[in-house]
Amino acid sequence: MTTVLERVRSGREAAGERWRGAPRWVRWALLVAVIAFFYALPNREFYQYLGPIPTPGANFTQVLFTVSIYVLLAVGLNIVVGFAGLLDLGYFGFFAVGAYTVAVLTSPSSNLKTLWPWLLVVPLAIGLTMLSGVMLGTPTLRLRGDYLAIVTLGFAEMIRIAAVSSEFLKGQRGFNQIPHPPGKYADGKPFFGVLDARPYYWLVLTLIILVVIGVRNLTHSRVGRAWISIREDEDAAQLMGVPTFKFKLWAFASGAAIAGLAGALFAGKQNFVNSQNFELLNSIIILAAVIFGGSGNIVGAIVGGGLVAYMIERFRGIELFGVELYEYRFLIFGLVLVVMMIFRPEGLIPNRRRAAEFKDRRKEVIVGE
Amino acid sequence: MLLEIDDVSLLYGRIQALHGISLTVAEGEIVALIGANGAGKSTTMRAISGIRPIATGSIRFDGEDISKLRADLRVRRGLCQAPEGRGIFPGMSVLENLDMGAYTRRDRAGIAEDLARVLDLFPRLAERRKQAGGTLSGGEQQMLAVGRALMSRPKLLLLDEPSMGLAPMLIQQIFDIIKEINEQGTTVLLVEQNAQQALARAHRAYVLETGKIVKTGTGAELLHDPAVKEAYLGVA
Ligand SMILES: Nc1ncnc2c1ncn2[C@@H]1O[C@H](COP(=O)(O)OP(=O)(O)OP(=O)(O)O)[C@@H](O)[C@H]1O
Ligand SMILES: [Mg+2]
Repeated sequence: MTTVLERVRSGREAAGERWRGAPRWVRWALLVAVIAFFYALPNREFYQYLGPIPTPGANFTQVLFTVSIYVLLAVGLNIVVGFAGLLDLGYFGFFAVGAYTVAVLTSPSSNLKTLWPWLLVVPLAIGLTMLSGVMLGTPTLRLRGDYLAIVTLGFAEMIRIAAVSSEFLKGQRGFNQIPHPPGKYADGKPFFGVLDARPYYWLVLTLIILVVIGVRNLTHSRVGRAWISIREDEDAAQLMGVPTFKFKLWAFASGAAIAGLAGALFAGKQNFVNSQNFELLNSIIILAAVIFGGSGNIVGAIVGGGLVAYMIERFRGIELFGVELYEYRFLIFGLVLVVMMIFRPEGLIPNRRRAAEFKDRRKEVIVGE
Repeated sequence: MLLEIDDVSLLYGRIQALHGISLTVAEGEIVALIGANGAGKSTTMRAISGIRPIATGSIRFDGEDISKLRADLRVRRGLCQAPEGRGIFPGMSVLENLDMGAYTRRDRAGIAEDLARVLDLFPRLAERRKQAGGTLSGGEQQMLAVGRALMSRPKLLLLDEPSMGLAPMLIQQIFDIIKEINEQGTTVLLVEQNAQQALARAHRAYVLETGKIVKTGTGAELLHDPAVKEAYLGVA
């Protein structure tokens, strides 16, 4: 067992080495190929040749849209958990804030009756989510780590309960006729329609790419170094002159903003938002996806978010001993996580540093203090 | 005076760890702070570097009252601590750790110069520049912590037990390096269990007992003080 694991591990490490050692143009070519693949993926003419990959029990392009939203969320949460090392258990709460901002300001069911266009509300939704992140983070990020976990958990529950029970947020009945993103084909048909999920998927995919470029630039800057130092040893970071509170708040608020964007995209596609979209479980799934993929690594978060969201949908329509696997999706998911944490606690594609943190020798000797 | 601490008390919740401590460090000095386990030496360091707020009293650094200043801003004023128990960044390489030491600085040329100096002081770190901090041996981590603190080019360097966990040969070496750093112009406040070595090199020293300063004098005076000898130097 262990030898197999060792072999898998060294194989993966060798692949990593080869990737880092490959010439620049090879890496670019591969990257372009991967991106092109994902743009082509929702087309029936393409995915029908992909064997078992398309989901049997659900419309594959719809699934791809859901998966892309999860990937965007995982990339955002990775900033908070992976880079700055802050445990956010209620990340989906920010997604809800984004989606509800759009719903309240655009839907005819809303009491406000503002009926603003979708595109106008998106920046508002992002701004408002960021603001809620700052409001939540300002009192809690000064305290120790576990407080943040509890407060974020409470925040997400609060949003959900408000959604279920407040008249203003319409509970189960929800908000109808949320407008779609703008844009028309030459023949006057809207680009973002009701039936075809592809344009929405392409939109999210494009935004993921932009967000990833932004996040990558951040992590390679002083901001990124500050985040990593906070994650590794907050006191030491402070002793090196890093304004830790400020940077933690930044990470928390930028993560929130990305969730707000995801929520706005979701609302714009779905046309309908109600209280059932925001179960606590979703927060846990995204957090697990980030850890599963390898927190602290952007590629890890993308793979984790994508794989987890996809696998859950993939179980639809598969029967084993007369039960649909989909019914047991969380059991299977939980088992996979437990196995992972035993054999590969640093995640599928960990960050190099993160892997080193797991090997930290300081834990060998207990001195002083 | 570069550093003046006046009547400082510090609480951990209900536990009072410092009871009105006063001490001073003049520019160019090495000042040692010695005391038994739990006397409050590290706590004093935390109060000075600002990672723990003080309850009463004042701390002045370079003519400015910094009692309420945030820790990271104190670093910018020229005060840098190498924390006890090493406190290096385990996932960062040796070079990246040293680079973090210069976080508050922007003068590239000066940083490169200091990096060369640190690698010169600690050839072991130069050999292992690409290795992750967390995989270094205890002694190497200790050197890295000291080297990293130097990278901020502090006016006052706070060292909390730099010799902890080192082999006798290395202890000798690290004290020599402290002396050298001091001669190159950095003022040093040094906490040590290794009282013999510390007192032999310090210009002045303070003895801390259960959160109070009980004795002070030049290094040589305390080295020959019968009470200090008995309590901290292991001679009856
Ligand atoms: N975070 C904390 N919470 C509560 N009490 C603390 C905390 N840190 C230190 N103390 C207490 O404060 C006192 C002083 O501790 P401190 O770490 O300053 O001792 P020290 O002189 O550095 O000892 P050593 O030589 O063992 O490092 C001790 O009694 C310790 O138990
Ligand atoms: Mg101590």
